[in-house]
Amino acid sequence: MEQDRNIRVLMAKPGLDGHERGARVLAYGLRDEGFEVIYTGLRQTPDQIAAAVIQEDVDVVGLSILSGAHLAMAGKVIEKLKGQRVKDVLVLVGGVIPEEDIPKLKEMGVAGVFTSGASIKEIAEFIRSHVS
Amino acid sequence: MTKELEDLINEMEEGSVRALARLITMIENREKGWLEVMKAIFPNTGRAHVIGITGPPGAGKSTLTDTLTCELIARDLSVGVIAVDPSSPFSGGALLGDRVRMKEISTMKGVFVRSMATRGAMGGLSLAVRDVIKVLDAFGKDIILIETVGVGQDEVDVVKTADAVMVVCVPGMGDNIQAIKAGIMEIADIFVVNKADREGSERAVLDIRLMLNMSTEKGSLNIPILKTVATKGEGIAELVTNLFEVLESQERETSWREERIREELMSLLDKAIAHHVHVKLGRNSKLDTAVKQVLARERDPYSIVQEMVASFVH
Ligand SMILES: Nc1nc2c(ncn2[C@@H]2O[C@H](COP(=O)(O)OP(=O)(O)OP(=O)(O)O)[C@@H](O)[C@H]2O)c(=O)[nH]1
Ligand SMILES: [Mg+2]
Repeated sequence: MEQDRNIRVLMAKPGLDGHERGARVLAYGLRDEGFEVIYTGLRQTPDQIAAAVIQEDVDVVGLSILSGAHLAMAGKVIEKLKGQRVKDVLVLVGGVIPEEDIPKLKEMGVAGVFTSGASIKEIAEFIRSHVS
Repeated sequence: MTKELEDLINEMEEGSVRALARLITMIENREKGWLEVMKAIFPNTGRAHVIGITGPPGAGKSTLTDTLTCELIARDLSVGVIAVDPSSPFSGGALLGDRVRMKEISTMKGVFVRSMATRGAMGGLSLAVRDVIKVLDAFGKDIILIETVGVGQDEVDVVKTADAVMVVCVPGMGDNIQAIKAGIMEIADIFVVNKADREGSERAVLDIRLMLNMSTEKGSLNIPILKTVATKGEGIAELVTNLFEVLESQERETSWREERIREELMSLLDKAIAHHVHVKLGRNSKLDTAVKQVLARERDPYSIVQEMVASFVH
């Protein structure tokens, strides 16, 4: 679907786990939904993610985290972004996230959490309705 | 210009990376005010050297950009990178994946990397990239690297405007050196045979040399062909030496610079006129009337267009 403005999404995989498939599938899926997806690959540090968010001036950053370290990782990335006074970017987290951690992530400033059951359509709709 | 925009430009010129990134978005999207930005920054442009990097998919262009940038930073030069990837013609979206191979430089001081989608606007890409180059130039970047896949005409047009163009090839293309699109060979100032750790790199050098020997283009016999292993940084220092030689020789060629400015003015004019026409036609019903007339075969499209052009001019 064509949008009036090109929404830019950074897809990052922080942490040490090497499972890239989910993130790649999502990157292609979001491209097919009409987004410009900047894919950064495996093992991104919070510093690298924050630098990419700023340089690429994205509207959305999606963190794919399967290692179980989602609370720590999301926390660090959000901290880095705040440290650089980035406030207007939508932070999404996807991966294997236990139900009880979702409120904690939201409290940190994560706008949306998508567990493995979420469809690409659903994520795309969420982004469209949250990016002005 | 609004106060807000003025502040943004000032921040950028004082070194704010966020302001730089924001201005690039504005210019890329042709958001309201972008022309004001271009006019304001133009006096501060003209310093940076632009290097185009092109070649077939997977040749190692991004990896080479990564190591090349490290080498330039080590020589105290600041670097801007623009990595262009195609937009999907179906969804309008894009997958911009060059950063995956640019990990070394992703947080390096003095480096700014920006991914750009082609966005399918015929001829619009090279104009947009040129404008983004100017912002990076005004920001104070010494060297600007542009990576594009050497397949589409739009992408070729982009690197063509660079001060120096390197075409990246890989061993094993064998007799299929033609795999590199015609039209790309002609714009190369330097050939790089990357992945020289693989078998057949000498053969690839010979194939390229042979092809250049057959070329009628002037100077083609003197084009350097260099071997690199981007993943290990091998051959990079020599590549930089050769790139600087090309940049220095271009510096002297006024006629080449004039030709480029002439071409840029013509493209800007084309775009501006097309825009003007679209706006004008959008406001009246002339086009609808014309469509009906042609459909009913009452009139031919050629005289209608001739008439419209005449009405625009007067
Ligand atoms: N063996 C070897 N592999 C290399 C070398 N340079 C790059 N590669 C590998 O080649 C693959 C493609 O490299 P990229 O840098 O992404 O190539 P690219 O030309 O930018 O690719 P696109 O942007 O997709 O067209 C990666 O797996 C690199 O690690 C090299 O000198 N030797
Ligand atoms: Mg690449």
